[in-house]
Amino acid sequence: MLILMILFPLLLAGIAVVLPWYRIRSWLLPLGGAVQFALAVAAVSRATAAPAPWIGLDALSQLVLLVTSLLYFGCSIYAVEYLNLHSERGNRMMVACLLVFLSAMTLAVSARHLGLLWMAVEATTIASAPLIYYNRNRLSIEATWKYLIICSVGIALAMLGILFVAYSALGNGVPISLQLDQLLRTGPTLARPWLHAGFVFMLVGFGTKMGLAPLHSWKPDAYGEAPGLVGALLAGGLTSVAFLAILRGVQIMGAAGDLAMARHMLLGMGLFSLLVAAVFMVRQGDIKRMLAYSSVEHMGLLAVGVGIGGLATFGALLHLINNAMTKGCLFLSAGNIHRAFASKRLGDVRGAMSVLPVSSGLFLAGFLAITGSPPFGPFLSEFTMLRGIFAGGPMWVGGLVLTLLAIIFIGMGATVLSVTQGESNIPQIHFPDRVMLAAPPMLMLLVVLGLGLYLPELLQRLLEDAAALLEVKP
Amino acid sequence: MIELSNLCLLLVILINFFTLGSARLVACIRAVALQGALISLLPCLAHGISGHTLMLFGSAFAFKGVFIPWLLLRAIREVRIRREVEAIIGFVPTLIIGAMLTAGAFIFADFLPLFPEHQGGLYVPTSLATLFAGFMLLMSRRKAITQVLGYLMLENGIFIFGMLLTEAMPLMVEAGVLLDLLVGIFVMGIVINQINREFSSVDTARLSALKE
Repeated sequence: MLILMILFPLLLAGIAVVLPWYRIRSWLLPLGGAVQFALAVAAVSRATAAPAPWIGLDALSQLVLLVTSLLYFGCSIYAVEYLNLHSERGNRMMVACLLVFLSAMTLAVSARHLGLLWMAVEATTIASAPLIYYNRNRLSIEATWKYLIICSVGIALAMLGILFVAYSALGNGVPISLQLDQLLRTGPTLARPWLHAGFVFMLVGFGTKMGLAPLHSWKPDAYGEAPGLVGALLAGGLTSVAFLAILRGVQIMGAAGDLAMARHMLLGMGLFSLLVAAVFMVRQGDIKRMLAYSSVEHMGLLAVGVGIGGLATFGALLHLINNAMTKGCLFLSAGNIHRAFASKRLGDVRGAMSVLPVSSGLFLAGFLAITGSPPFGPFLSEFTMLRGIFAGGPMWVGGLVLTLLAIIFIGMGATVLSVTQGESNIPQIHFPDRVMLAAPPMLMLLVVLGLGLYLPELLQRLLEDAAALLEVKP
Repeated sequence: MIELSNLCLLLVILINFFTLGSARLVACIRAVALQGALISLLPCLAHGISGHTLMLFGSAFAFKGVFIPWLLLRAIREVRIRREVEAIIGFVPTLIIGAMLTAGAFIFADFLPLFPEHQGGLYVPTSLATLFAGFMLLMSRRKAITQVLGYLMLENGIFIFGMLLTEAMPLMVEAGVLLDLLVGIFVMGIVINQINREFSSVDTARLSALKE
């Protein structure tokens, strides 16, 4: 079934390249997204089998797979109408790359071999670069170049880290392998210095991809210039996949008995990401760049949560779902606002509420959700994380996180309110709200709202199993 | 066999210096192609000739030594680069820093807790030196295509380190990694072409509109 999930989008991508009809080609995306989502739900609802040597699902990857496929499904519906609006640009490249991207993401999530994981993550970089260049102007090409070079070099360092981990397995008699399960089994015998170096490089490499500060420099540019649809997939889907890759490193460190060290590093980078996000979010004059810094913030929160451990890890994994869905809603609705006003600068976009009631309502609600206001899901997950921090971690970390979250709330609020409220300054609107462009972000917001009110038992068990993978086994 | 592989690795280091010091873009690309071809010999030299190493040699030689340089040469023909390598840091300072980094790599490799059979070998220091040279090239050159060369050298350095543990990387994965590299360079080539079309130059200093 997993193989089908990886190969089917590739097949559709092949069809997209040869198919001559524009509109039908766009509809390949929802087809791929729906099949993917259905298969993902089927795969998650079944009990976890013993993972195969190459690809397989454990609780962590089930969680990420569920999140990415739901997000992708929503975005693929949005994509149909979006591509219809931009029919002069052609959609062959876009549809094919989006489908290859889906396939690479699924492969990365289900990989049980570190080399395969690396290969899939690098493939996501390559498949998403043309997506960022969709607008075909000077700014988007600059963003694409930075994204390609910085992420490729970052990922190359992750490869070095993986080789270091392999080197640490050398010399204890057994044939070395990068299979995750074998590394976890032989954890205590791994040579410490090489393992530590390997984890640092993996953290730096996949951290670049995830956008943890100080490795986030490509993020505002890429998210700022990419279409909202692509921003949603990168900020919600790809970052979760990169985080999963880091968590694999954490698992190996845990198996070797060095979990505390891995956690300290994650905690440090997470707090620094929060700090950077807070600094750049205040008085940010560009909607999409603001969302990019918000993404840096939430990646930081995920790292802090896993860095503290215990209840906070559970909170971080729940936050991964919430962040992906809310980011999807925010980027898609910001894309609608951007299109209607033909600008994303704060000076040009005002009073969006009066011209785009649905999209800017969603944007405003998404802002409230992502900054952790009840009753949305992120409130619950951030609250759980904070409870975990105050219970198990140092007090100053909790205090610092709370302070930075407050600053971010104020900074983001100032920008969002000035975008949505007030008098609109454009005479007539060319792109009013449309059902197909407003429904996907609304559904994502409803999911976030639902998660804030009620956590299904199946999901709770999945999250507990996933969090247990990141603890030291007795 | 040991002597041959050492000879190869020394040549790799010399190519690092040549690329750092050369002002001619075509010569740089050819040098990196030669470097790729040389390191593709390493699996056979280090582990003897077997099916696995021969396949690895074949794919690495085809990708690193032939396809990728061909792509890059085609890219510069298409964008018709007239001016040659432009450096942010001058050539002589680059060479001096490169020499210091190479010396540092050799000293550093002595301190690493390597396994006895790798101690004193040239693999680890060469790998580190090539990594550093790649980073130098990435940071100190302004043309987009030289940055791609730097990335390629970085990958070469990692490949050399990978020679110590070929059994960890099954052939399928190794081939996938090389394929990723090839497609990545191909996409970079397309982007370079677009940069040239938009800016009528491939100078990355022009790519500076996006900042806070």
